[in-house]
Amino acid sequence: MGTQTTTKTFMRKLLVIAALLLSVGAHALTTDEAKAIAIGEGDARIEALRAAVAKPDEKTVAFIQALSDDAVKVVAGSPVIVNGDQGADPVTGAPVALPDSAEDVMNNNRMRGELDSALATLKLLSPDEAVRRAAIKTLQGNVDESSLVLLDKAFSQEANAELKDQLGQLRAAALLGSSDKAKRLEAAALLGQSAQAATKTLLMERLQVETESDVKVALGNSLRKVEATLAWGDRLGAIFSGISLGSILLLVALGLAITYGLMGVINMAHGELMMIGAYATYVVQGVFQKFFPGAFDWYLLASVPVAFMASALVGAALERSVIRFLYGRPLETLLATWGISLMLMQLVRTLFGAQNVGVENPSWMSGGMQVLGNLSLPYNRLVIVGFAFFVLAAVAFMIGKTRLGLFVRGVTQNRPIAACMGVNTARIDTYAFALGSGIAGLAGCALSQVGNVGPDLGQGYIVDAFMVVVLGGVGQLAGTVYAALGLGILNKFLEGWTGAVLAKIAVLVLIIVFIQKRPQGIFAMKGREA
Amino acid sequence: MSAANMIQLPEKAPLLGRAAWSAWLAALIVLCALVPVLNLLIPADSVFHMSDFAVALVAKIMCFAICALAMDLIWGFTGILSLGHGLFFALGGYAMGMYLMRQIGLDGNYKSALPDFMVFLDWKELPWHWLLSDSFVATLILVVAAPGVVALVFGYFAFRSRIKGVYFSIITQAMTFAAMLLFFRNETGFGGNNGFTDFKRILDIPIATPSMRMTLFVLTALTLLLFFLLARWLVTSKFGRVLQAIRDAESRVMFSGYSPLGYKLTIWVISAMMCGVAGALYVPQVGIINPSEMSPANSIEIAIWAAVGGRATLIGPIVGAFLVNGAKSWLTVTYPEFWLYFLGALFIGVTLYLPDGVVGLVKKLKGDKA
Repeated sequence: MGTQTTTKTFMRKLLVIAALLLSVGAHALTTDEAKAIAIGEGDARIEALRAAVAKPDEKTVAFIQALSDDAVKVVAGSPVIVNGDQGADPVTGAPVALPDSAEDVMNNNRMRGELDSALATLKLLSPDEAVRRAAIKTLQGNVDESSLVLLDKAFSQEANAELKDQLGQLRAAALLGSSDKAKRLEAAALLGQSAQAATKTLLMERLQVETESDVKVALGNSLRKVEATLAWGDRLGAIFSGISLGSILLLVALGLAITYGLMGVINMAHGELMMIGAYATYVVQGVFQKFFPGAFDWYLLASVPVAFMASALVGAALERSVIRFLYGRPLETLLATWGISLMLMQLVRTLFGAQNVGVENPSWMSGGMQVLGNLSLPYNRLVIVGFAFFVLAAVAFMIGKTRLGLFVRGVTQNRPIAACMGVNTARIDTYAFALGSGIAGLAGCALSQVGNVGPDLGQGYIVDAFMVVVLGGVGQLAGTVYAALGLGILNKFLEGWTGAVLAKIAVLVLIIVFIQKRPQGIFAMKGREA
Repeated sequence: MSAANMIQLPEKAPLLGRAAWSAWLAALIVLCALVPVLNLLIPADSVFHMSDFAVALVAKIMCFAICALAMDLIWGFTGILSLGHGLFFALGGYAMGMYLMRQIGLDGNYKSALPDFMVFLDWKELPWHWLLSDSFVATLILVVAAPGVVALVFGYFAFRSRIKGVYFSIITQAMTFAAMLLFFRNETGFGGNNGFTDFKRILDIPIATPSMRMTLFVLTALTLLLFFLLARWLVTSKFGRVLQAIRDAESRVMFSGYSPLGYKLTIWVISAMMCGVAGALYVPQVGIINPSEMSPANSIEIAIWAAVGGRATLIGPIVGAFLVNGAKSWLTVTYPEFWLYFLGALFIGVTLYLPDGVVGLVKKLKGDKA
């Protein structure tokens, strides 16, 4: 079984590469070359390998591939490609008997690296764009003058502008080690346009060994340019991860902004309602895996309403059974909801086990968008940022424009008068609490795409979420938004500067200090409310 | 003027009634004389022997009872719910733990004068905050001073800007959460995740001997009983009456010409210091202190001990600490999966149906009978 599959993949790789080599000047692999590559001291083998790669033919490719797959043995002083139980001469392809005395060819890590880059160099000529892209990625940071011939060829053949650009960078990196001063100058200038962290290291290494003063100046200039580009990438990256964290905080805090901000209920079980949303996503994923494996990529869309409903129903049940008896007694509510959170956590442990469960990203959410050389925005984060603002818009619409929202605002502002107008205030309380809980479920659904889903999921966010609501000002949606995004970005910038834990502590201290100054939050509610 | 003279000032209540004094003395005798005799002198195979496990458990719960008592002063009598008392408990514990770590001397795994974790981190000398840890007297001061100063600074800023109610609770929770993250770090010099453990000696006497354990037990019992008297004295004094007035109607207290800041701050700091002492007694008896003592869950549990026993009764929190922790040590052994259900139900049940706690329930039943 095992040998068969390896043989199969081996054959496929061989075909791909062989096909693309027809255009390269054919120089048949000789037995001496094969011997030199497979047998002897490391340095000599590497030299032989490089020489062979510069003028490759199909047999060279097959041989290197076999070496890299550990499918070469030495029989009576000559290398033999092993294919299942059969041996084959690397040059003639004639079958060779495999005696038990055949020795394995040992490749150390350095040799392996050389083999990999040799293969990647050859793959640069592949007709398949994805293969070329992968090859360029593998080669980044480990090219030298020996691969120049092929790089030049690949560069002149490349049709895709983006890949051509990257190949140019690779060429420049290879040129940098050239003994020709003019070539080094050219390379230094070319590399200045790069936005790769590897280029920076490359330039710095060259700068240390460079002896020519004008090349040194050129290298220094390019280095500064690259550093500036990289710094931009880092800064944008920090802003993006800040926005991403902020949007998660926003999702977490939006539900609280309703239950705590509007209704005044301290719900310590908010985190556990998020956890329920995340587990609902997990269940929907399981259902799709079992019954609709074809539509698996769309399970997330189905789980959004399921997560909302699951958390909303649990929230409504909590409001009906516990919280409604505690209105106006915030400290008691705090303790009771803490008790609820303990029970919900234990319930999930009983049902799903104490271990984290796996929730996968659908395929359209994995991967990322490459913006700069060192800045890539993961799709799942982007989707969550968009989702957070979608939920925000929905909540704003619901509170501001619908009849239910009107009732909720009315009951919040003046319960007796709202009751006099015929509003069923008890029912509105339940709806509002269920709405806040449902949004917590949506937050849990989103969190399942970026973090671990386990019974403790909610615990990590509850302090942060309350901080956001308190900082933003109670009863203020706009305040919640600014506070969430502000805290997210601040947190990520401090993180780059002091490390994650100290950043978190600094933010908590800042919030505590800030509340000293403005106990009513960023956006104070106007009026007599005290 | 004459009208003011007519007001009948309530007579100052005695510290304890006759029956209460008898109960207090009985508790003193049981804890400080009977338990040592039952544990040390009665042979292990006798039915009257008290096992080491039971002694350790009662000692641990007495430390928790001190915390519950401290929580009652600030929550039950002043109406300020702190969700950060675990921090003060841990600070006292860490102060004592530093001293105990120094007492290990050269007997650590690395045979170094520095605590093992510092050798592990390749530190060459003690950080500045360990300078006082060699002296037992300084440690005793630190045990109350560390939580006291933290509480003073935090409380001053919080009470000055009149943060109260749930806001205050949430900020105290953030405070202990932040401190926990800080103590988890290795470079803060508190042993990181593992905290302090593996203690060998206290005052150069081996810590694990039966007589040393019993000494610590009796000390804990005495502290609890004396703190009970102190708390009783505090709440029956004029100071205590102002506290209760603040709890019931803070604005009226202010209109009457009192500034609540000083009162709140004083009781807040006293409460924190009591927790610090509890922590310092706890650490040598359980043999470990680590940052998880500062987790928000631990602090909120202190509140539930007070609530279960009955707030604003002083005896209630002590009863509550014994009931809840007794149930915990029984349930976590027999039905480990049910402990959190039970604790959760306790939080809900007490707030919904037993606002005055067990003590309130007993009083009510007695009142019904009479």
